Amino acid sequence: MNSEEFEPTIIAFLCNWCTFTAADLAGTSRLVYPANVRIIRMMCSGMVDPKYVLKSFLEGADGVLIGGCWPGDCHYINGNLKARRRIALVHEILERFGIEKDRLWLRWVAASEGNMFAATVKEMTDKLKELGPSVIRAQQVA
Amino acid sequence: MGQFAALETNGQINKPIQQLLAQMIEKELVSGVMIPARQPFQHVVMQTLITDPAQLDAIDPFAPVVSTSSAKVVSSLTHRPSGRRFAVALRSCEVRAFLELVKLHQGSTDDLVLIGIDCLGRYENRDFRAAAEEDEDLALTFLKKNGADDEKLAAACRGCTRPVADVVDLRLCAIGDDPASKIHLEWVSEQGKEVFEALGLEGGDAPAGRKAAVEALVKRHGEFRDKHLGEFAERTKDIAGLAEVVAPCINCYNCRVACPVCYCKECVFVTDAMRHDGEQYLKWSQKKGNIKLPADTVFYHLTRMVHMSTLCVGCGQCSSACPNDVPVWELLSSVADRTQARFDYLPGRSLEEGQPLAVFFDGEFDDVTGQYK
Repeated sequence: MNSEEFEPTIIAFLCNWCTFTAADLAGTSRLVYPANVRIIRMMCSGMVDPKYVLKSFLEGADGVLIGGCWPGDCHYINGNLKARRRIALVHEILERFGIEKDRLWLRWVAASEGNMFAATVKEMTDKLKELGPSVIRAQQVA
Repeated sequence: MGQFAALETNGQINKPIQQLLAQMIEKELVSGVMIPARQPFQHVVMQTLITDPAQLDAIDPFAPVVSTSSAKVVSSLTHRPSGRRFAVALRSCEVRAFLELVKLHQGSTDDLVLIGIDCLGRYENRDFRAAAEEDEDLALTFLKKNGADDEKLAAACRGCTRPVADVVDLRLCAIGDDPASKIHLEWVSEQGKEVFEALGLEGGDAPAGRKAAVEALVKRHGEFRDKHLGEFAERTKDIAGLAEVVAPCINCYNCRVACPVCYCKECVFVTDAMRHDGEQYLKWSQKKGNIKLPADTVFYHLTRMVHMSTLCVGCGQCSSACPNDVPVWELLSSVADRTQARFDYLPGRSLEEGQPLAVFFDGEFDDVTGQYK
């Protein structure tokens, strides 16, 4: 598989109140963004258990995107700040085993930022095309 | 800072400790003492909560064995306070793990007099029992070597750079001493000082040679650790390397049972969340053509790293508990070095310091998202 043909799979865990609404807005605004992303709606980025991220990678995802509200805007006051620490931790663990930080993105996208959501998905898809397929996909890891 | 009192041993290292502890109980400074003691069978040494001062004969705190980390034992003794003060004698790794459990509200230091035991390492339980059968006075023989490289020591101990417990009230010191003639008791905290003085001990300077001996030990262990873990990290620098070292894992979860800081009351890997339908396994198998069972082995080890690598004290009980020689200590320690550095956190350093995943602040870790407002 060469890099031109490679289409990465991105699992996106989006906060119901901000980033998921932004994704909705991108859709109703008829913005075009890569179809590589599979969206899972969460109540809060702080509800994304690191296990969901690990399992996504182990099942062959090339990238994981977590979308939350900007700091200060969390519907649950500080769920996004907890998410930020967790992702900092997961980054360290994944990197220890050669899984690049660029495969796991945490981004703040507000409900009004439909454009930014589309741009983020585009940017991440491009980055993952550059990185190539996740090694876990190729190897049998259980 | 603390002061030291010499305890004359005359070749019997446990004798002066027995006398001190007996006085502590008789003078009602504490209602009991939990300390490693010889059990009646099979040369086993385990923590024993002793309340009768006449029954201190079997204590053996310097025996080179930690049958299981005492952190969880002390957690059971203190999670619902008894209201009675008692002393517990623990190694450095056990103290540090216990303090992490206290932060998780799974224990309390309120009624405790914490006594740190200088630690030159431990043998695996089986090796210890065999060695103790050969040598009646194994603790003394062991201490006399004063930390010289010993093949029987657990790898975690050979790579331990914290042989002396920091956050304690009193310390039983042997490093740098000639244990056949004397060891030392040191007070560290104010509470320790009160007990020390109530025992009528005369405080003095640190024994000559202690500092140098501790430094030499830490240096040697640090070198072993860097080399050993460096080689290991290189071997496991990708996911295939990780899959290779955990390949013999049979998902028995002994490592997390033995782990003093695996804090979940019920591990998610034994809940229904991980009891999938038969159909699910068939689907997974069909995706790749096969699936190894039991499944989720790499997933389990990665999840443990998320849960407790920031709290890992490097005691090595995980590796000792593994029936299939998975190098769990190496795995966790090499990850913990990174994750603890990321949060500038050292488990057991202080009771006041919040655990990395239990606190969070505005305006920190902005580099995770790369978005700056």
